[in-house]
Amino acid sequence: MKKRMWIMAALLLLVLPTMLLLTSCAKKGVTTETQVDQAALDAERARQEELARQKALEEERLQQEQLANQGMNAARTRFLNENIYFEFDKSRLLPAAQETLRDKADWLRANPDLTVIIEGHTDERGTTEYNLALGERRAESAKAFLVDLGISASRLTTISYGEERPIDPRSNEEAWAKNRRAQFVLE
Amino acid sequence: MSFFRFQVFTSILLACLLALAGLARADYDYIEINNPFLRKIPMAVPTFSPVAGHPAERQVAVQAADQLAGALEFTGYFKLLDRGAFLVKPEAMGIIAPNIKFQDWTAIGAELLVTGGVSLKDQYMEMELRLFDTFKSQLLIGKRYKGLVSDQRRMIHRFCSEVIFALTGNHGIFDSQIAFVSSGPGNKEIFTADFDGESPQQVTQNKAITLSPAWSSDGKWLAYTSYRQGKPDLYIRNLAQRRGSVVDRPGLNATPAWVPDKFELAATLSFSGDPEIYLLTGTGKIIKRLTESKGIDISPVWSPDGKSMAFVSNRSGTPQIHMQDIGSGREERLTFDGRYNTTPSWSPKGDRIAYCAAEDGGFNIRVIDLATRKTLQLTRSTGDNESPSWSPDGSLIVFSSNREGPNRIYVMTGYGTDQRRLLTLPGEQTNPKWSGRIVN
Repeated sequence: MKKRMWIMAALLLLVLPTMLLLTSCAKKGVTTETQVDQAALDAERARQEELARQKALEEERLQQEQLANQGMNAARTRFLNENIYFEFDKSRLLPAAQETLRDKADWLRANPDLTVIIEGHTDERGTTEYNLALGERRAESAKAFLVDLGISASRLTTISYGEERPIDPRSNEEAWAKNRRAQFVLE
Repeated sequence: MSFFRFQVFTSILLACLLALAGLARADYDYIEINNPFLRKIPMAVPTFSPVAGHPAERQVAVQAADQLAGALEFTGYFKLLDRGAFLVKPEAMGIIAPNIKFQDWTAIGAELLVTGGVSLKDQYMEMELRLFDTFKSQLLIGKRYKGLVSDQRRMIHRFCSEVIFALTGNHGIFDSQIAFVSSGPGNKEIFTADFDGESPQQVTQNKAITLSPAWSSDGKWLAYTSYRQGKPDLYIRNLAQRRGSVVDRPGLNATPAWVPDKFELAATLSFSGDPEIYLLTGTGKIIKRLTESKGIDISPVWSPDGKSMAFVSNRSGTPQIHMQDIGSGREERLTFDGRYNTTPSWSPKGDRIAYCAAEDGGFNIRVIDLATRKTLQLTRSTGDNESPSWSPDGSLIVFSSNREGPNRIYVMTGYGTDQRRLLTLPGEQTNPKWSGRIVN
């Protein structure tokens, strides 16, 4: 019995410190790793924050760009879709037409690299040949006005289609008024 | 002799003299110069006589007679008598004077008679055609034609030219063609057809808006405007040789009009910023500028002697027909009625200009006499009638009208009578231009 106790005690004496040693060693590794992790974690967190910040900045930039584009697209769409209209057998610019042309001049100034074709059209009444000339006069009228507002003439080309390309094919006053127009097309 | 008897005697004498005078006029004045269409000369064209008598020959004999009757009727000078009224059956009648009983023809009112003999052999045919004055029992023209069966129409038309030349001193319209614009192909292209609307052919295949055909005097060149390159350019094209030039300056290059008997043409160019009329060579080079007026100057047409030009200008405020002497440059306004007068056409006789006037109901063709400056309205209350163009002998006018709905080509006499549609194609037909005499 006593021998056995001494053996057990000896064992314990051997095992315990070993265990302690082991655990203490292990503990030491964990501490280092934690220390290392902590630094890494901090770095990571900082990085993530930076990323997030940059992402937020980018999003904001994209949003603003999108808004700007929409604005630009809207302006461009307006430039292309807004026609100027004329009285029967006339090529002079009415006040509303002049207003529209001023807007177009603004847009052209903001987009100095673009060249534009001004199409002149008439309604179907009257003869084909005379209407070719009338359409030409309408396109030239618009061009001259824009040139007076400072747009370079080299950016503006005129084409007359006479009565050949109506926007509204019906034969009534409403359709005719829509067809007596000058229309802008990007080259 | 009692006074009464004397009166009767005098009246009878007067009546006889008048009758003689009347007869004399019928003999020599075939076609009344002042209005040739007022009294149409009654003419009989029985079916022609087949020489051998086989079926193919018979068929051609009928066909050729119909063609000749149709062609002469087209001129508006003649009233073709209904064959049903003839007193003589075609098989029984002779075709040369000794074998013709002219009373059979004068009895039904025919003043002119055409007989024909047809001989057919394989693809060759021979035709003898004769024009008689029935009241004088006299042969006026006798011609024999030989050729391929396929040349039948040409032979008939050649004889018709002889008939008209004998009666009016002018060769008439049978050697002419009409150019026009048709939208049938999906976009406007240029077509041509014979003077009577037969054999229409598509001349341009630009697949883009093509307008305003114009014939050179000899019928060899056609000028027109096309958007083939994306803008209105002027094309000058030799029809047979498929060669030519393009005038593609900035702006409009439009409304060509060839100078009579010259390789030059007038056209409206707007490269200066304003549509003006220029004189060009047949290869499209500018010779000189003809109009100097801010505003629209367009649609030039030439007088038959090439010394004057009529055109449309809005220099007075509205589109009106103006006339300019090319040598002196002196210009004057011709039309004063109405607010819109365009598309002039100068008669080859030189005395009148047809044009189109906007009126409350639509557009109407009018004619102005250059000596008196009086205008005559030729169409009325029938929609839009535009783009008149004179036949080469100045007797007929071709024009476009939408009186039946879609725009079609119509023809009428120079006095507005006998208005009828010329041809019908898919789409709409507009802007007709009558060529001169085309002799190949």
